[in-house]
Amino acid sequence: MDAIFLQILNGLDKGGAYALIALGLTLAFGTLGVVNFAHGALFMLGAFCAVSVNKILTLQQIVLDPTQKTAWGTPLEIRTPYVESWFGDFGLFLVDYSVPVSLLVTIPFMLLVGIVMERGLIRHFYKRPHADQILVTFGLAIVLQEIIKHYFGANPIPQTAPSIVSGSANIGLWIGLGESVVYPWWRLVYFGFSALVIFAVFAFLKFTTFGMVVRAGMFNREQVSMLGINIEKRFTIVFGLAAVVAGMAGAMYTPVLPPDYHIGMDFLVLSFVVVVVGGMGSLGGAVTAGFLLGILQSFASMNEVKSIIPGIDQIIIYLVAVVVLLALPRGLMGRKGVMED
Amino acid sequence: MENIVLHVNDVHKSFAGLHALSDIDLAVREGETHAIIGPNGAGKSTLLNVCIGRLKPDSGSVVFDGVTLTGKKPYEINQLGVARVFQTPEVFPDLTALDNVMVPALAKRDGSFKMSVIKRLSREKGLRAQAEHMLEDLGMADQMQQIASEMSRGNKRRLELAMSLIQKPRLLLLDEPTAGMARHDTNATIDLLKKIKEGGMTKVIIEHDMHVVFSLADRISVLAGGRIIAQGTPDEIKNNPKVKEAYLGEEQV
Amino acid sequence: MNQGSLTKDIILFVIFAGLVIAAPVLLTPLGAGYPDLLQKFAIFGIFAIGFNILFGLTGYLSFGHAAFLGVGSYASVWMFKLLSMNVIPAVIFSVIVAGIFALLIGFITLRRSGIYFSILTLAFAQMSYNLAYSVLTPITNGETGLQVRQLAPSDRAADYVLNLRDEDLRILDQAFGVVEQGIPITNLFGIKMSGYPGFYFCAVLLIIAFGLSILIARSNFGMMLKAIKSNQNRLNYTGVNTRPYLITAFVISGMYAGLAGSLLAVTDPLAGAERMQWTASGEVVLMTILGGAGTLIGPVLGATLIKYFENIFSAINDNVLQGFYSFLPDSLNEIAVAVSGMFVGKGWHLTLGLLFMVIVVFLPGGLMQGFQLIANRFKRKKKTDSTQHSKQAAE
Repeated sequence: MDAIFLQILNGLDKGGAYALIALGLTLAFGTLGVVNFAHGALFMLGAFCAVSVNKILTLQQIVLDPTQKTAWGTPLEIRTPYVESWFGDFGLFLVDYSVPVSLLVTIPFMLLVGIVMERGLIRHFYKRPHADQILVTFGLAIVLQEIIKHYFGANPIPQTAPSIVSGSANIGLWIGLGESVVYPWWRLVYFGFSALVIFAVFAFLKFTTFGMVVRAGMFNREQVSMLGINIEKRFTIVFGLAAVVAGMAGAMYTPVLPPDYHIGMDFLVLSFVVVVVGGMGSLGGAVTAGFLLGILQSFASMNEVKSIIPGIDQIIIYLVAVVVLLALPRGLMGRKGVMED
Repeated sequence: MENIVLHVNDVHKSFAGLHALSDIDLAVREGETHAIIGPNGAGKSTLLNVCIGRLKPDSGSVVFDGVTLTGKKPYEINQLGVARVFQTPEVFPDLTALDNVMVPALAKRDGSFKMSVIKRLSREKGLRAQAEHMLEDLGMADQMQQIASEMSRGNKRRLELAMSLIQKPRLLLLDEPTAGMARHDTNATIDLLKKIKEGGMTKVIIEHDMHVVFSLADRISVLAGGRIIAQGTPDEIKNNPKVKEAYLGEEQV
Repeated sequence: MNQGSLTKDIILFVIFAGLVIAAPVLLTPLGAGYPDLLQKFAIFGIFAIGFNILFGLTGYLSFGHAAFLGVGSYASVWMFKLLSMNVIPAVIFSVIVAGIFALLIGFITLRRSGIYFSILTLAFAQMSYNLAYSVLTPITNGETGLQVRQLAPSDRAADYVLNLRDEDLRILDQAFGVVEQGIPITNLFGIKMSGYPGFYFCAVLLIIAFGLSILIARSNFGMMLKAIKSNQNRLNYTGVNTRPYLITAFVISGMYAGLAGSLLAVTDPLAGAERMQWTASGEVVLMTILGGAGTLIGPVLGATLIKYFENIFSAINDNVLQGFYSFLPDSLNEIAVAVSGMFVGKGWHLTLGLLFMVIVVFLPGGLMQGFQLIANRFKRKKKTDSTQHSKQAAE
């Protein structure tokens, strides 16, 4: 029981990341009809926004203190982050909270990236075959990841969660399952965060006129265009929104998994599977499938399961994708007529 | 009694509770041209899709020459000798006109699948001559090497007709063969279809244009609200009060 | 894409064979006239030709073709370990195994089309890759990769249990009393498959593979595949069961990939799981579209160009660049070196990605389409010069 509960918990944060990437991916599918293989790269860009912000915040001022000597007799170097020397305690607070603070940079940056990408590239591929869309965005993904590799190197760069949530939560004690159920605070935060973003995206699409038009566009693009609504402009924003969601997901995920340049590709393949399992163009499907597959994956990594079916943890997600696609061609919640030409 | 080629028995079909077709009984005799007419939304296309295997009826069956078509795959139905011409011309846009006709010719001769990896298509002299002849017959001698996607709509339709005719089907289903055509093209198509009629091929035509229907059909079934409201020769249909009522405000009969 | 005449095809084939055979001489001025690189051209040429039979003719975009490449390599190394260092059994076995593997995967993935097919193939390739790294270690030797080892002494062969870390069995070699010293080298009835003999072995197979691809493209079967790409739905209503056609194309294409994988093992008897990764699948897609999907020569051209530039670009480092820009003043030199440095050496993949995008955006038909456009323009100019009426439609 404890173990099962723990696995569900373990699946939640990963599921959250899958769901957030898949959400943007499926939004782009449904509205723009675009298969975006560069979506994982957007997740990676977000992650490296967090890395950059952290780097900038921890830029250090080096002051030589001639009154103190090191063991080698040279003057002691005192390193203080600039933000600390400028803002004092608030500066320290900024450094500690660099990951959540980076969202302030991530959001506008990713919005810009999304808009530029849609205007500059994706737009010209609406009418092209899906194969062309896959190919061009695949090329873009390589370009983005190589640029990151050039500037940040090939090694993963660990990020730390704010100290207040750096420990583990004794969830087991709260709900009477004993002390064995311990879960890192930050992962709980990540789960909460992804739930919040998902909720916000749904609310935005549900309760604003903008969202209404977009949903109508997802349902029948041509008809909405016929109403004289400038759907193109809105779709640009939708793409920007998808980029922001992916970017935020990436930035916040850095304390869980140290990002490297190919983190986007790794997540992309999985989130594509998530989208397909959920049903292309279905927002609810993407979220459900994201969490479902995240949890399923953590169950498959249990030793008890692995001893019965060796290697299952490595392939479970793909296996589910194959089974779902063959049994339910449109995925769990896919609608008829989306991406079926 | 003449031989009945296509038998539609008591077919029902509804979409989300809406009755698209109910109690459809239809018998198409060998060699005749049977037209199905009706106002928009009467269920004409649904009926055709049921016949071709694209849609599955809720109940009832479609029998072609003693074989039940219901539940069969499109290629199986074609292999039985039923060819179809689509409402919007469906051709192979990337292939030349000649290749467009070669493909159905191969399918007719070799069946639904044949591994023929080594033999060159250009050595199929017999089939090629047939295909060229067919295109010439339809007045497309000049366009044999033209890529289908570069053709006018009218030519695409003629090409599609050639693709169906090369298979010498026992039953040809035509879905609004003159839809969206100018009067001049329509007349040319009628002449063409008359020519085929002389060949004795059984045809079912779904048509909106009364002019086309009355110049071609041997018998007519009138569809309205998913039911057949009248059946008979063109003359009988012209004078049928029910038909006039159904078409009131639709079009001048 | 009309049906080329037999004479034209024969000329094309002869020219192709001639170029491949003369490649060591022809490519020397370009700095590519050495066997290791030439082998790569030939091997990836075969891979891309095979991929093109599926993607170019039917339009089905597989993102998991590297799986067959990897399977081919593993199968070959196993033949080297079990039977003989002679390449013939290895190549034959690899092609068969890859074919069976492709049949299994194709049978399942071809139930879907379009983007769903792409993702299913990707899923299968990723599964193969992950399994090769984990539970299949007894067969694949995991991260280390599968290698040939020294021959087990014949007196121990009877009760020999094959161990990936110890010695190999090589039943046939033992039976024929082949003497080995140290780590063995693959051979073709005694001719060592390294250096130029190795290249010419690959070259002969490339020529055969190319000839076969011409036959396929021009056959009735090939016409059906093109019709599938053009309008699959119509083809179904034309009485053709498209599924067996697609499965056959998929299997043929998988066998080509298996052959390529086998040749990789022939030239270097080592098989690793990274060969199955989806980036490797992406590479063959790029080769094919760079040259021109659906064309005969395009895939080979694309494979050669990519492997050539990979080789050239990867070798360039900052020193070379500084030399290249030495005519510039120092400050400009530094900038030029820094900027160019992003695209060469380790940054080669960046160039590759950009190339990918440029091709898809501006030249979806690949280089062959580019040549066609140039040729057409030239022709048209000639026609208008002689004031002949040209029927050619504007591009």
